[in-house]
Amino acid sequence: MKKLLLLGDEALAQGAIDAGISGFYGYPGTPSTEIIEYVQQNKVAIEKNIHRTWASNEKTAMESAVGMSYAGKRTMATMKHVGLNVAADPFMNSAMTGANGGLLVAVADDPSMHSSQNEQDSRIFANFALIPCIEPSDQQECYDAAKHGFELSEKFKLPVLVRLVTRLSHSRSGVVQKEMINENKMKTPEDPNQFMLLPAFSRTKYNRLVPLQAELEKASEESPLNKYIDGSDKSLGIIACGLGYNYLMENVSKNNLKNPILKVSQYPLPRKYVEKIMNECDQVLVIEDGMPVVEQQLKGYVNGNTKIKGRLDGSLPRVGELNPNHVAKALNLADIHGQVIPDVVAGRPPALCVGCPHADTFKALKEAIKDETNARVFGDIGCYTLGFMPPYKAINTTLDMGASITMAKGASEAGLFPAIATIGDSTFFHSGMTGLMDCIYDKSNVVIVILDNSTTGMTGGQEYTGHGRIEAVCKGLGVEADHIRVITPLPKQHEENIKVFQEEMAYEGVSVIIPRRECVQTLKKKLKSRR
Amino acid sequence: MKKDIILAGVGGQGILTIATVIGQAAISSNMNLKQAETHGMSQRGGDVQSHLRISSDEIHSDLIPLGGADIILSVEPMEALRYLPYLHEDGWLITNSTPFVNIPNYPEADELYQKIKSVKNHVLIDADKIAKDLGSARSMNIVILGAAVKTLGLTLEQVEDAIKAIFGRKGQAIVEANIKALKAGFEAAK
Repeated sequence: MKKLLLLGDEALAQGAIDAGISGFYGYPGTPSTEIIEYVQQNKVAIEKNIHRTWASNEKTAMESAVGMSYAGKRTMATMKHVGLNVAADPFMNSAMTGANGGLLVAVADDPSMHSSQNEQDSRIFANFALIPCIEPSDQQECYDAAKHGFELSEKFKLPVLVRLVTRLSHSRSGVVQKEMINENKMKTPEDPNQFMLLPAFSRTKYNRLVPLQAELEKASEESPLNKYIDGSDKSLGIIACGLGYNYLMENVSKNNLKNPILKVSQYPLPRKYVEKIMNECDQVLVIEDGMPVVEQQLKGYVNGNTKIKGRLDGSLPRVGELNPNHVAKALNLADIHGQVIPDVVAGRPPALCVGCPHADTFKALKEAIKDETNARVFGDIGCYTLGFMPPYKAINTTLDMGASITMAKGASEAGLFPAIATIGDSTFFHSGMTGLMDCIYDKSNVVIVILDNSTTGMTGGQEYTGHGRIEAVCKGLGVEADHIRVITPLPKQHEENIKVFQEEMAYEGVSVIIPRRECVQTLKKKLKSRR
Repeated sequence: MKKDIILAGVGGQGILTIATVIGQAAISSNMNLKQAETHGMSQRGGDVQSHLRISSDEIHSDLIPLGGADIILSVEPMEALRYLPYLHEDGWLITNSTPFVNIPNYPEADELYQKIKSVKNHVLIDADKIAKDLGSARSMNIVILGAAVKTLGLTLEQVEDAIKAIFGRKGQAIVEANIKALKAGFEAAK
């Protein structure tokens, strides 16, 4: 069969297409974005009209995927790790309803927080929901995870979480493609109450879910993704999870190590093998990218268990992504480095692009509040979070998607004035609208700046559901028409824009200012494709 | 045969194109490949890197170990130095000399050149100027690729074929401009 050169994200997408998926649902978020972007450009997916447009947020995506599963078809929800927090309600409950058509939840974690607010580990979420989790160790396993995951999901009638990490999502390698499977036919659940979570039903379902764990452990023991590699050096056994396995094998192959190894890419943990390695070896090192999930599980609560080594006892760093050198050190191998970085090398943090509309918005906003020493600007998630950096230094906070509006609201109710929110257009439709409703209801004294660059910029320029409807939505939610102001963030409009900011700060109530100019990156792409 | 390559630059300078061309050349000669990239927030005018590993044997880690890189291939002189901890003591530092200045505290270029020249195996060429003189300023990245062809253990023909395969869609003129840039870089590094 043909070998394709694919990112981990793309391999998972291609695997799902070949495994008969009928719909992808997701919201962009680094490092998960390329799953759906790949599908949107894939000829077969277009021909078969596999669902592939973006959802408003991760919660709506997850719910749509559950709906497609209800109707019997194979489907996948995609998101980044913090997106799963947004989708947590349907996600947790989908473990209770279970799946009908194969249901995969692909979540890309970002250890080291290359593009994220925290480094939460989605394996904990799978464990929390009591569902299986697949953690591929390479691109081929990403591809294979789709078919295997769908089968697992349909066999146990449960959603399956596929956990990726940045270095797999965004790393390319050769992938062998397998034969394409037909899509499922539409077929609603045999049990008409399967997706009904009235408390009486929920109790029954929970009583199915809990005992099912033993069977899931057995499935992990039989999974082709997990394997036990015998070794003669029993002084140390090694449990290597997901990508950690590659970093281990990098060192094993170079140094000809003979330790027993348990490779884990499917959870719950394969109990039989874990017991074997624990019984067989004097000590056990756990290598996992992200949080010490397995290590903690094995170690238990009471400290003093010195048999288990890993991130908790300092054998590996407690935080941040792993690399081959960390693993070498944990294995007591030489930790080779090249020369140190010369002092002359300066940091080069990310910055707003030259000509970015947000830059002009921040300049005008800064100028407008320069005499208001109590003014605070509540930021949000997107390129415009970079408005915190010099030379702008224009925003004070970032919490999560949509929090700019609601944090400004809460602060204003504590007496802070002027309370200003800056939020992007895509983020507004993701999670800003409900916060705006709260402001309208309470007649909060806030200025909400919706930076409209016509795209989801930070993740590379994806479309979003509410495009072209900001004013209509604000008006519909109850913002007074006179206090919905559209401005053009350009240097030549600078003075005029300052005036608009100041006028709306002076208004006691909910104001919305919409600086509107297209993202320079998407504009560049458009002009290029027209050429 | 095994080559571990750190590609370095600033977001938008075209290091991923270099990776794609080398990747294509490697794949068409049946080598294994892994290539880790930077996406997302850090791409916006920040430093970007790509770990590119090609080998006739199985490749395990997506990341190159520190001290393990055979080549640092950089389109920007300060960025070349940022990844020195990755460079093997016998490795090559191949870099463009034209600074990309988008920060207020960018160091004196001469200080950077001194450091670069202190690396045992190095190639320092003005790829921006070479590309401009050829009339295709945007092919600076391919000039740098040209400078690395020998160290990569590839032949000019292999890389030319890869360029044809990748840029073919964009028309003959673009293919030729890039092949010219490749050859100019190859010559400059001699």
